[in-house]
Amino acid sequence: MSVEITMSIAELEERAREIRRDIITCTTIAGSGHPSSSLSGVEIMAALYFGGIMRHDPAQPEWADRDRLIMSKGHASPLLYVVLAQAGYFSTDMLPTLRQIESPLEGHPNMTRLPGVEASTGSLGQGLSIGLGHAFAARLENRDFHVFVILGDGEQDEGQIWEAAMTAAHYKLDNVTAIVDHNKAQQTGWVRDVLDYAPLAEKWRAFQWDVQEIDGHDMDTVATALRRAKAVEDRPSCIIAHTVKGKGVSFVEADWSYHGKALTEEEEERALEELGWR
Amino acid sequence: MAVTHALELTMGKATRDAFGAALREAGRTNPDIVVVDGDVHNSTRTEWFAQEFPERFFNVGIAESNLVGIGAGLAACGKLPVIASFACFIMCNGYDQLRMSIAFPNLNVKVVGSHAGISIGEDGPSQMAIEDVALALGLPTFTVIVPADEPSTHKAVAAMLASDGPAYMRVGRPDVPVVYGENPDFELGKANELRGGADITLIANGIMVAAALEAAQALAADGVQARVLDAHTVRPLDVDAVTKAARETGRIVVAEEHLIHGGLGSMVAMAVAEHAPCPMAFVGVQNTYAESGEPSALLQKYGLTAEHVAAKARSLL
Repeated sequence: MSVEITMSIAELEERAREIRRDIITCTTIAGSGHPSSSLSGVEIMAALYFGGIMRHDPAQPEWADRDRLIMSKGHASPLLYVVLAQAGYFSTDMLPTLRQIESPLEGHPNMTRLPGVEASTGSLGQGLSIGLGHAFAARLENRDFHVFVILGDGEQDEGQIWEAAMTAAHYKLDNVTAIVDHNKAQQTGWVRDVLDYAPLAEKWRAFQWDVQEIDGHDMDTVATALRRAKAVEDRPSCIIAHTVKGKGVSFVEADWSYHGKALTEEEEERALEELGWR
Repeated sequence: MAVTHALELTMGKATRDAFGAALREAGRTNPDIVVVDGDVHNSTRTEWFAQEFPERFFNVGIAESNLVGIGAGLAACGKLPVIASFACFIMCNGYDQLRMSIAFPNLNVKVVGSHAGISIGEDGPSQMAIEDVALALGLPTFTVIVPADEPSTHKAVAAMLASDGPAYMRVGRPDVPVVYGENPDFELGKANELRGGADITLIANGIMVAAALEAAQALAADGVQARVLDAHTVRPLDVDAVTKAARETGRIVVAEEHLIHGGLGSMVAMAVAEHAPCPMAFVGVQNTYAESGEPSALLQKYGLTAEHVAAKARSLL
């Protein structure tokens, strides 16, 4: 049943470069969106979908035993759409329709319009609780699927995250992995300046989660951590992935104010050149 | 604690009790039902389901936002989640989650709010949902149900569980009079005519149905024949029954244990305005919060008795 697409690390790194290209291109065509928030999570998503971590089959998006990926930071929809399209859930020809009327590639994910989208998100804080619902359903039906939830680091401000964190630990939901895309920036500034919640790893540990703190751009490290998280027993797993917002594009990396801004066509050219596409 | 009425109606159990019993009964035949609780199962009566089906019951603590989200995930996996807390807490504390995680993706989650209205009494306004129906109507994919008594709540729960898509049901804390016989006809979206009449129509739901019947009896003593409709389903509203009432009786009073704006009265007024304009009057909580007190005294003070319904009716005659 399952199609575990398992690429080598070198192949995954090349796939990550392709994902970055498509994120930048589709958001520049759209003229809006959140490319920088998408670029930080590329290695995580590449490893999940193409590195043999997730059990999934693009031909059967409703398969009951599939592993789930919930993009709780819904503004990273370009990352989700590009990965789903490249995996074969729908055609990559649809990517240029991002954010246009009648396109199912809405500004934030809409699960009713696009195969492979597990949850409608965009109001921050909600994806982890939805993931717990899937995890409870797995337990009730004796299914062994795993639920991955990608959280933003600005999203850590939301109280619902911590309600869900307590609940997952209490019920020992070891079929849940939360991945914090810790890219250090949010809409109006650096995370530490907006609401300094450090130390983050200690918080998740205090909530009784298994915690790994990793370099979220080293593909081998990311894949290894995800594989380990999936195997943890008796408690949920949290991976704090230290990432860079806008990763791969130097002038976006250096400037948090690119949040929620598409690159101009001229910037797109420079970005694609930096990524080796020109 | 009971809400008392002068009319010779038999007292029945609280609608929350009927909900708890009907949920337990449904659990026996539908293995997909899962109950998620915000640590109030002894108040909402979901404890009766929990006692019989502990493996399908999750108390997730006093965290309504998370509770709602868990319901969404369960429904996405094909389960039939019933998520319950006090009406004010699940609707107000969980509202963004109801909107984004359930209503927008149109997931099959049944939301039940207990202790609704001012008739909870002594616990006071912090616990009294008077805006929950308005909030539920702000979730466009939701069916909204406010049953009147024990027998009809029992049927309403079964109908809600058999329906597809998200739904909100409001139930109350105090024992209330029985306005239906055993095993009443109950169809979502179809108002029940409890009394015939051609001079005026009283449309009510929840505890105000008994008050409307009592008001109709008082009006009959004056020679006025009032039709009484139980509009248990606020959405989809039975527009045909409302239009028919407007055309045939020419006057309508709407009564609900809810803020005067945004609930049944607003829904009925829209239907009447569009299809058969006629004079109308409204009984509900005026733009205020209530206070602690004995339920019947509160209903008297805040204008939610049969006398208030009858007075509004007379103002239209």
